[in-house]
Amino acid sequence: MLDAGTILRRPFFWIVAAIIAAFAITPSIGQNVELREDLLLAAVYITLASNLNLILGYAGYVNFGSIVFFGLGGYFTVYFVSVLRWNLVAASLVGGIAVSVLAFVFGLGILRLRGAYFALATIGVNEAVQAFVTNFGPWGGGTGIYLSTELFMPLGGPAKALWIIYYALVGIMGLSLYLSFFIKISKFGLGLLAISGNEDAAAILGVPTPRYKAMVYCISAFLPAIAGGLYFFKSAFIQPSDAFDLNLSTEAIVTAMLGGQGTVIGPALGAYLYEELRGWLLTSDTFANFQLVISGALLLVIVLFAPGGLMGWLYRQWPTLKKVLE
Amino acid sequence: MTTMIGLFASLVDGLLVGSVYGLAAMGISLIWGVMDVINLTHGAMIVAGMFSLYLLVDTLGVPVYLTLPPIFIGGLIVGIALYWIAVHHMIGQPPLMSLLSTFAVNLVLIGLGTAKWGTVLFNVPVSLPGASIGRYTFPGTHIAAALLTAAIAFLLYLFLFHTRPGKAVRAVSGNREAAELVGIPTTRMLAFAFGLGVALACVSGMLIGTLFPFTVLSGDAYQLKSFVVTVLGGLGNPAGALIGGIAIGLFEGLTAPFIPVNWTLVFEFVLFVVVLIAFPGGLLSLRLPRRAG
Repeated sequence: MLDAGTILRRPFFWIVAAIIAAFAITPSIGQNVELREDLLLAAVYITLASNLNLILGYAGYVNFGSIVFFGLGGYFTVYFVSVLRWNLVAASLVGGIAVSVLAFVFGLGILRLRGAYFALATIGVNEAVQAFVTNFGPWGGGTGIYLSTELFMPLGGPAKALWIIYYALVGIMGLSLYLSFFIKISKFGLGLLAISGNEDAAAILGVPTPRYKAMVYCISAFLPAIAGGLYFFKSAFIQPSDAFDLNLSTEAIVTAMLGGQGTVIGPALGAYLYEELRGWLLTSDTFANFQLVISGALLLVIVLFAPGGLMGWLYRQWPTLKKVLE
Repeated sequence: MTTMIGLFASLVDGLLVGSVYGLAAMGISLIWGVMDVINLTHGAMIVAGMFSLYLLVDTLGVPVYLTLPPIFIGGLIVGIALYWIAVHHMIGQPPLMSLLSTFAVNLVLIGLGTAKWGTVLFNVPVSLPGASIGRYTFPGTHIAAALLTAAIAFLLYLFLFHTRPGKAVRAVSGNREAAELVGIPTTRMLAFAFGLGVALACVSGMLIGTLFPFTVLSGDAYQLKSFVVTVLGGLGNPAGALIGGIAIGLFEGLTAPFIPVNWTLVFEFVLFVVVLIAFPGGLLSLRLPRRAG
């Protein structure tokens, strides 16, 4: 089982700590706002990809609509803060829990489906939730909810709040990486990998497949929900088309597969590289509208030729890397 | 005020429009049934049909309904090309892989489309005399679309059941190895079947283009509707897809007078998930023998 000694001795634990430190410290030097915004987006992408990896890479179930957790978390948090006047910490935590509960309810319905049917159903869930929220008055319907600047006062004003939220998001990103790591080296993770290999065989051998699938689906919802809450609070504005944007879901899948699904660092690496590429594409004149085309082309190449992603390729070149970079 | 005749008119209109949904879904159902592939470029192909209609009518001045044959043939060719690019490699692998590869191609196509045309609304005005019953008029375009759909569905049936290539396609979907053994060039049949499915998508796009305005992103909504319809009718069952389309059309016709349009989407997706869970073989499987897979 997991014990502090084993974990602290694995190099990867410290690698993740170094990554978190790098994210936290580099923009703080000289209060570099541009770098902070860039890394904030990267942290969000990494969080989404890592948590998606739990169900995609470990259990082998493709969640096309993973963005629904992000969006719902955003809506819960924004609603709690603006209407019920809770503070951000309570709002995002309760939002995270609420979304996990909803994930459990959705999961009861769709987790008995396999493979492609499950993937299609997850799209259905995202679209249904988006359609519902668009019609839901208390949450602003189609126009969404705006946050007034006074709500940023408890955090010390808008400028300071942005820094606090950034550190919080870096923290969530770090938690996602550690969560992914701990699950991977635990018995739960082994069970998930068995499900991905051959679900029926795993069940026969004693892996409690329905319970594990429900657990991983709920767990994969929690941190993205909190991240969504923080992100949309920071944006001071949330509307259904942004919150439930299937493109972000797609990008999570592409980045997780690009970096190497089933590894811990893979999705994070893929997400970071993709976010930098995307940022560059958006600012370049010729390619401004091309990020979807690039995502698509990347995904096609990965699916056809390199399903193991970047890490899969790296592991084949240097097998010893597996012990260090998980 | 909703009167009984008003409801009836709504239902009939729903039936007309629903049949076009059914046509769109037949493309997905055919491909799924023949080669176990879920074609996520379907939405992009519907949009391709819509834009082909627009370009042919606007720039070349082709009469609206005469665009159907070239669009069908264009779709066939594009479909066969798509097969070789994204699908051939994935046959025999879990359906998830072809789902992802076709999804990837869809991203590329929609991305290129939005780069070229943005999200501007396009419209192809078609004036056709409609049929009136009392105060209610059924638009001529709806009637024409439904009639053409029926014609195409009938032609598809004739093809699949009364021609050699059609029977070959059905043989491959039944048992690929056995089909190879009796000398059917299965790979070519698979490519052709895929082309046929895409052609159906393009033609349904063209017909939808005559009914409603559209953007590059409209394909997504119709693709999702196609999935609901296909699942209702049973994946792999083109006849079921047509019936499912009509069922959805009737459902929309029934609820439209009472419920704001946006809520129908919620119901359809809930229906989608419920049917996937409760009746994986589609509603028709309740009577007919279940297909494996």
